[in-house]
Amino acid sequence: MAQAVAPSKGMTFGEAGSALAFAGLALLSIIIAAKAYTPEYAFHAYLFAAASVAATFAIVNRYYDRPAQLPPQTVGGKPNYNMGPVKFATIASVIWGIAGFTIGLLIALQLAFPALNFDTSWLSFGRMRPLHTSAVIFAFGGNVLIASSFYVVQRTCRARMVGDIAPWFVVLGYNFFIVIAGTGYLLGITQGKEYAEPEWYADLWLTIVWVAYLLVFLGTVMRRKEPHIYVANWFYLAFILTIAVLHLGNNATIPVSLFSPKSYIVWSGVQDALVQWWYGHNAVGFFLTAGFLAIMYYFIPKRAERPVYSYRLSIIHFWSLIFMYIWAGPHHLHYTALPDWAQTLGMVFSIMLWMPSWGGMINGLMTLSGAWDKLRTDPVLRLMVVSVAFYGMSTFEGPLMSVKAVNSLSHYTDWTIGHVHSGALGWVAYVSFGAIYCLVPWLWNKKELYSMKAVSWHFWISTLGIVLYISSMWVAGILQGLMWRAYTALGFLEYSFIETVEAMHPFYVIRALGGALFVAGSLIMAWNVWKTISSGQEAEEVSQATQPALIAAE
Amino acid sequence: MSFWSRHKIFETNSIILVLGVLIVISIGGLVEIVPLFYLKSTIEKVEGIRPYTPLELAGRNIYVREGCYNCHSQMVRPLRDEVERYGHYSLAAESMYDRPFQWGSKRTGPDLARLGNKYSDDWHRDHLKDPRAVVPGSIMPSYPWLEQNELDAKAIAQDLKVQATLGVPYSEEMVKKAENDIRTQANADDPNTADLAQRYPNAQSRNFDGNPQKVTEADALIAYLQMLGTQVDFKLYDNKANVR
Repeated sequence: MAQAVAPSKGMTFGEAGSALAFAGLALLSIIIAAKAYTPEYAFHAYLFAAASVAATFAIVNRYYDRPAQLPPQTVGGKPNYNMGPVKFATIASVIWGIAGFTIGLLIALQLAFPALNFDTSWLSFGRMRPLHTSAVIFAFGGNVLIASSFYVVQRTCRARMVGDIAPWFVVLGYNFFIVIAGTGYLLGITQGKEYAEPEWYADLWLTIVWVAYLLVFLGTVMRRKEPHIYVANWFYLAFILTIAVLHLGNNATIPVSLFSPKSYIVWSGVQDALVQWWYGHNAVGFFLTAGFLAIMYYFIPKRAERPVYSYRLSIIHFWSLIFMYIWAGPHHLHYTALPDWAQTLGMVFSIMLWMPSWGGMINGLMTLSGAWDKLRTDPVLRLMVVSVAFYGMSTFEGPLMSVKAVNSLSHYTDWTIGHVHSGALGWVAYVSFGAIYCLVPWLWNKKELYSMKAVSWHFWISTLGIVLYISSMWVAGILQGLMWRAYTALGFLEYSFIETVEAMHPFYVIRALGGALFVAGSLIMAWNVWKTISSGQEAEEVSQATQPALIAAE
Repeated sequence: MSFWSRHKIFETNSIILVLGVLIVISIGGLVEIVPLFYLKSTIEKVEGIRPYTPLELAGRNIYVREGCYNCHSQMVRPLRDEVERYGHYSLAAESMYDRPFQWGSKRTGPDLARLGNKYSDDWHRDHLKDPRAVVPGSIMPSYPWLEQNELDAKAIAQDLKVQATLGVPYSEEMVKKAENDIRTQANADDPNTADLAQRYPNAQSRNFDGNPQKVTEADALIAYLQMLGTQVDFKLYDNKANVR
C-alpha cells in the first residue's frame, strides 16, 4: 500500500462510476435470478451477477495496484499506445476462431450423419447452427475487428486510446456478450431471427458495449495528431455506426417480463421479414465487409510497404459501397410475399453493388503494384491478397444470385451456403488471419513470426479446404434446385423431397472434409501464434510502424 | 478547389464524417421499409386469418426455440413446382401475426407453410421422436424430449398481453382464459372446447401427442404444425381481388 500514501491519488470518475454500476448490476442480477421464470434464464442472471462482481473487484483491485498518475499520453515524445485490450482481443479471436470452425465442422457432419445430433437438445442442429454462425461472425470476426480497429486507430492517429476502463470494458464486455449469446442458444434461448438470435437482455447489454466502443473509437479519432482521418478509419466508423443502427432496428422487442428471457418483436410478418434482411444483409455489408475492408486498407499497404493504389478510388469505394449496400436486403426475399416493388429495388441495387465491390478489390490488389514479387516470399501477404481475390469472386457471385431468375433456382439451396462460405472463409477469415499474423509480432514486440513455413502450410491446407467446400456446395445447390423443379415426361414432379435430400449426402461429406482442413489450418495458426509469443525472437527496438501513405500518385 | 479536395471536409472533421455516414446509410432503409407500413397493398385482405391460440403460440415458441427455421422455410413461392409440391403460394396476410416471422432461408428439409392437416398427429409424434422411423432417408435430428417435457405455460397470459400491446387482436377474455385454453385445446373431451372454438375459429382441439397424462411440448408443437397454412380457404380465395 505504498502508493496509497501518495497524496494526489484518488479514484477517477470512471473507476468509481463503473465500480458502482457493476455493483448495482450484480444486485439486480441476483434479484432476477431469484425470480426468473425459467432455470435457463436464472443461469444467465447468475452469470451476469458473477461477471459483475468480478468486474467490481477487478476495478477496485486495479485502483489499489496502480500508481497515482494514470498512464501518460506520450512517452519520450512518442504516443504511449494502449495495447493491452488489443492483445486480449487478438488472442480471443484465435480461440473463438477455432471454436467456431470446429462447431461448423460438427454441424456439417450432422447433415451427413444425423446420429451426431446425439438425440440431445443442446447438441441438435437447430441450436448448434446459430452457435456456429455467431461464433465465427461475432466472436471470431468481432474480436478481429475490435483488436484491429483499436490498433489501427491509435497508430494512424498517433494517439493513445481514449479512456482508462472503457477500452477494457469494450473488449471484455463484448466477449461476455458472446458467452451469454452462445450458452443461450444451447439452452434454447433465441429470438429466432437469423444472425440476431440473442434475446432482449443480451441485446441490451451489447447496446451498452457498442456505445462504449463508438465513444472510444471516435474519441481517439478526435485526439488525432494527423489532420486527416485515414481511410481505414472511415470504414471502421461506418461499420460501428451502421451496426448500431441495424442492431437497434432489428431487435426492437418487448420482453414478456423482466424475469422472462422471452420477448416479442414489434414488427410482424412481412415487415419483420424486410427489417430482418435489411439487418441481415447489412450485417454482411458492414460487419463482414466494411470492417474487414478497413483491415485491407491498413494491413495490405503496411505489409506490402506500398501506398494504397488510389486515393480517389478509396473515396468512391467508401461512399458508394455504404450507400448501395443498405438497399440490397430484399434480394433475400425474392418471390416471397414481400411486395414486388421492394424485391425489384433490392435486385437492382444488388447488381449495382458489384461495381463498388470490385472498385475496392482493385484498390486492394493494385496496392501490390511494384511489390508482386513479395507474394512468392511472404505467405502472410499471400493470405491477404488471396482474401481480396475471394472478395472479388464472392461479390461477383452475390449480384448474380440476386437476379430473380437465378435466385428462383439458387434460393433455399446449398448454393447460398457455398456463396456465404466463399466470402466468409476466403475473404473474412483470410484477411483476418493476415491481420493476426501481422499483429502478433507487432504487439508482443517480436522480430517476426515463429515460423513462416507454418503460415505457408496454413495457407495451402485451408485453401484446399475452401476449394472442396465451395465446389461441393455449388454442385449440391444447383443439383438440389434442378431436382426440385424437375418434371417427368407426363408432367409430374420427378423427385420426392426426400430423394433430393438423399442426393446431397456425398457433397455433405466432401464439404465436411473441406471444413476439417480449414480447422486444421486454424490449429496451425494457433500453434504459431503461441510459439511466437512464448519464444519468438525479440525485436531490436520498438517497431517503428509508420503510417502508410494514403495519397497515391494522382 | 478541385472536386476531390472537397472531400477534405469529411477527412478532417470526425463529426461531419459521422453525420455523412448516418445520412447515406439511412436513405435505402427508409425508402424500402417505411412504405410497407402504410401501403394498403402490402398485406392482402383475406378471410380466416386469426391470432394463434395459446397452445399454438406455445408450440410456435418451441419451433423457434429448437431453431426449426434453420432448415425449414415457411414460404411457398409462386413457382409451378412449389405450388404443385406444397400448395397455394403464401400470402403476406398469412404471417401477419407472426412475431418473429419464420419464412426461413434454407430448405434442408421441405417447406412447412402448408403442413397443417397433411399428416396425422401420430405421424408427427413418431416423426419428431425419431424421423428415420417414418422417413428412412431423413437427416433431421430426433426430438425425443418434446413428448417428455411438460409444457411450461404458466406465463402464457403475459405473452398474449404483450402481443395485444403490439396490436395483435387478443381480447381481454382471451388473455384471461389463456392458461385454461391450453388445457382445453389439448383435450378433445374438455367441456370448454366449443367456447374455445368461438374465440379462435377453426381451432382444432384434441390430445395431439396421444398422452392423456399431461400437456407436453409435443402437444403444443403438433397443434402449431397442424394449423400451419390452413386458415385461408383457397377454394374461396380470389387472387384477382388482391392484385398488387
